[in-house]
Amino acid sequence: MKNYEVTFIVDPVLSNDEIETTSKAYQTLVKDEGCSIVNVDRLGLKQLAYPINKRSSGVYYCIEFSGDTGAIIPKMELALRRDERIMRFLTVALDKYGVKYNEDKRAGKIGTVKKDKKEDKKEDKNSRGRNSRNSAKTPPPAAKKEEAAPVKKEEAAPVKKEVSAPAVVAASTPAPAAEVVTPETSVTPTPPAEAVAPVVAATAAVTTPPTAKSEEE
Amino acid sequence: MASRDDIKFLSNPNIGGNEKKYCRFRKFGIRHIDYKDADFLEQFVNAQGKILPRRITGNSLKYQKKVAVAVKRARHLAMLPYVTDLLK
Repeated sequence: MKNYEVTFIVDPVLSNDEIETTSKAYQTLVKDEGCSIVNVDRLGLKQLAYPINKRSSGVYYCIEFSGDTGAIIPKMELALRRDERIMRFLTVALDKYGVKYNEDKRAGKIGTVKKDKKEDKKEDKNSRGRNSRNSAKTPPPAAKKEEAAPVKKEEAAPVKKEVSAPAVVAASTPAPAAEVVTPETSVTPTPPAEAVAPVVAATAAVTTPPTAKSEEE
Repeated sequence: MASRDDIKFLSNPNIGGNEKKYCRFRKFGIRHIDYKDADFLEQFVNAQGKILPRRITGNSLKYQKKVAVAVKRARHLAMLPYVTDLLK
């Protein structure tokens, strides 16, 4: 199965319906040849970096498809060349890394480059977005989720979650209490219930004011 | 023999510490470069739209060639300009 990707730019002066019929025409052409369409991406109206046919913007479409032979490619390119509604096109044969990249992109695993010089909460393409593809877990989104609901977790299952809670950096009040709990549970195994229970009550008392504060905020 | 105190430099010789330059694709295991991603490719292009040399970007030869191919495809699709002065 050979994988291909064709990106083409449709004239923006056409009506929305005509633009969609052009893209659908090429989708049907792909299907008629017996190839399966993996993905159709409408990148939408974008500004061109330089004028083409005296137009300064265009509607970008990207069709990813796979087929057994490459016989469809000359036919499709001929049709694209003849079509007056299409300003530019580019067909690319994708290797396995390209196919995997497109899959990851659809799954949302690939981040975007930050334009502003703000401290990152969004994924940076060079560090986390790409790193998270290879590592099993993605630390930043997990940290965000833990920040969002650390209090709920601790109220629900205080004993278990306090062991994992030290991983949360931002939550200030539960963290010291959690750090207090874990040394106690590890050092003194004999009276675990007695040591943990009053600390649990203390943490429950401590955590309730933060919930009130966070709800107010 | 002149001692260290006798030798004077016009600029501090300790400037320009040796930051180890690495290929970001090899380091982070990125195997494919998308030509449709103009924001990403702008990192490898100067303000005039020209492709930056390897000694500046730190790319390995394999990935520098892929970057160049991706930039040229993006230029064909008018996602990056061929020639400009106002890219950055």
